[in-house]
Order: sequence, then structure tokens, then C-alpha cells
Amino acid sequence: MRANRIEIAGKCGHNLASRTAIPRTTLQQYCMTTLTFEDFPIGRFGSFGPHHVSREDILAFASEFDPQPMHLDDEAARQSMLKGLSGSGWHLCSIMMRMLCDGFITRTASLGSPGVDEVRWLAPMRPGDDLTLDVDVVEARVSKSRPETGIVTFKSTARNAAGQALCEMTSPIIVGRRASAEGAR
Amino acid sequence: MWFFEDIEVGQRREVGSFTFTAEAIKAFAGQFDPQRFHMSEEEGRNSLFGGLAASGWHVGSVCMKLLIADAQQQMKEAAARGETVAVWGPSPGFRELRWLKPVLAGDTVSFASEIVAKRSSESRPNWGILQAQQKGTNQHGEPVYSVLSTAFVPRRDTSS
Repeated sequence: MRANRIEIAGKCGHNLASRTAIPRTTLQQYCMTTLTFEDFPIGRFGSFGPHHVSREDILAFASEFDPQPMHLDDEAARQSMLKGLSGSGWHLCSIMMRMLCDGFITRTASLGSPGVDEVRWLAPMRPGDDLTLDVDVVEARVSKSRPETGIVTFKSTARNAAGQALCEMTSPIIVGRRASAEGAR
Repeated sequence: MWFFEDIEVGQRREVGSFTFTAEAIKAFAGQFDPQRFHMSEEEGRNSLFGGLAASGWHVGSVCMKLLIADAQQQMKEAAARGETVAVWGPSPGFRELRWLKPVLAGDTVSFASEIVAKRSSESRPNWGILQAQQKGTNQHGEPVYSVLSTAFVPRRDTSS
């Protein structure tokens, strides 16, 4: 989609430096397609976006999944606690998921997620917002029940163009470890 | 109807059910969660899910859809009886969301919501804060979804 700021290439280059026996094309493909548990050390992972949210996007999602007047009707929204039309919080979370996918998850050995520890909706998402997503790894541990996988917990913060935090999400993802990802090739 | 004072901890409602078709699963995933096991039957079969699985955000959004539809139906009926209907505020968030089992293409999930806690808002005296647990159960009676969600609800005595 849009340009994502991320240092995947640097991470891959570092991690792959010692594995010289694999043909370069395979290495490049591996590097481009698969991030594994080992690629998620604690700390800032990357920042992604921008992702533009139109008024039509907000109305379409709200009509289908969250048809409250504060998400659909300007006048009702003005009188609401949020003082103007705002997107559904579930819409914002879904957009954050899309930004995570575009940012790195679709090229990660992701096996899915058991849930979400916490979501905090801090400020409304408005029509026309250009969202960015800051992603930190807050925990990474090897799974006890499936030792070929690890559980990486991310804290993702969605911000508007002014830098105001709109939503904080803390969520674990199950990620394959490198040995198992290589074994699958 | 449904002001903060009207609501008691332990109140529970079945809010409806939804069948996740393959088409709906792929449409949602294509827009918001294009991981391979949400987009293709074959990739789903080869994943931990064992079949084409709905995005967890799709499941959560459908729960919201059913909660709102149920609430709006009840509000309509209350208004027809001449009752004053509370307009609920936004939610500050949720926690402990669990995707307990995959929701696969063709599954029908029934959702219920139970009030688990209520308290006054310190920062907003006209509002109370409710915590509810929503649960989703599939057609085999297996729990597939659970979340503890929070919402601002207006207080009766200051709502006029």
C-alpha cells in the first residue's frame, strides 16, 4: 500500500549474515517473506502508515457493524460526548490490524492470535484522519505447549496526523521460530 | 430505559446469532486482516485453525453489530411505550478479549452479554461506567469468544 517506514531489511541482513550456504535468491525470498520469532526483540519494532480514513470508510463500517448515531449522523454526533462524527472503535482496531498486516504480519510466520490483552480508545477517529501506527514488542517468549513457536506481545499505538494517540492495543501473536520456519522449506 | 440506575450487575441478554459465510469471512479479511488463513480455504486447512477462519476482528465486530441491533430494537419498543430512552456514550475500551476457538466458514455464533460491574465516573458526574462480559458460542455449544468491555451510560437524575 503506502510507504511503510521499517527496518526489516536491516534486521534480516543482520540475522542472515551467518547463513552463507543458502543460495542468495532463496535468502532474499526468505528475507522478504518470512520474519520469525527471533526477529522480534523487546523494544520499538517500527512505525507504519500513513493510512487515510475517509468519511465514506467510517460510514460504511458503522452502517454494517456499529450503527450508533454518533458514528453515522453529524447532528447526533455533535451532541454526543465525542462532539462530532467519529469512527467506531472496532473500525479503528480493524484498521490497526490492517496496518499491522501491511507493515509486517503478512510477511511474518504468524500462526494467529489467542486474543487481545487490552484496548484503550483514547480519542475519536475523525473523517479524513491519516493514521500512523507505532509498534513496540513488550514481551516475547517461547510457547510451552508448542515449543516450535513463540508468543510475541505487541503494544500498538494509533495516532492522528497531529500525533495525538487515538488507541492503544496490547495483543499477543503466535509466531513460528526460525528453526521450524526453515524446516518447512 | 437503560439509564445507569436501571441496570443491575448480573443482568444478562442473548443478543442474537450470526452465520459466518466464506464470502463474508474473505470480504472482511480482504479489507482488514489479509492473512492467508482468513483468505483461502486451503491455507486455512493447512493452518492451526484447520479451515477458513474468520478474522478475530470480524468476530468482535459482529458481536458489536448484534449488541447494537438488540439495543436499538429494545429502545424502539421502549419509546413506543412512551419511556424516556437513554442515549449511551462511547466506550473507553475493553480487556481480556479471547478468541477461544476458531470461527470457521459456515459456523453460527450466538452472542450474549452480562453486566459484571458498574461504577460512577469520577471525571464525568453525569455518567456511570458499566462493565459487561460478552461471550460467543458456536453451534456445537463451544465457547469461541469472550471480552470484558466498558461503556459510558448516562445517569437518570442528570439526563434531562
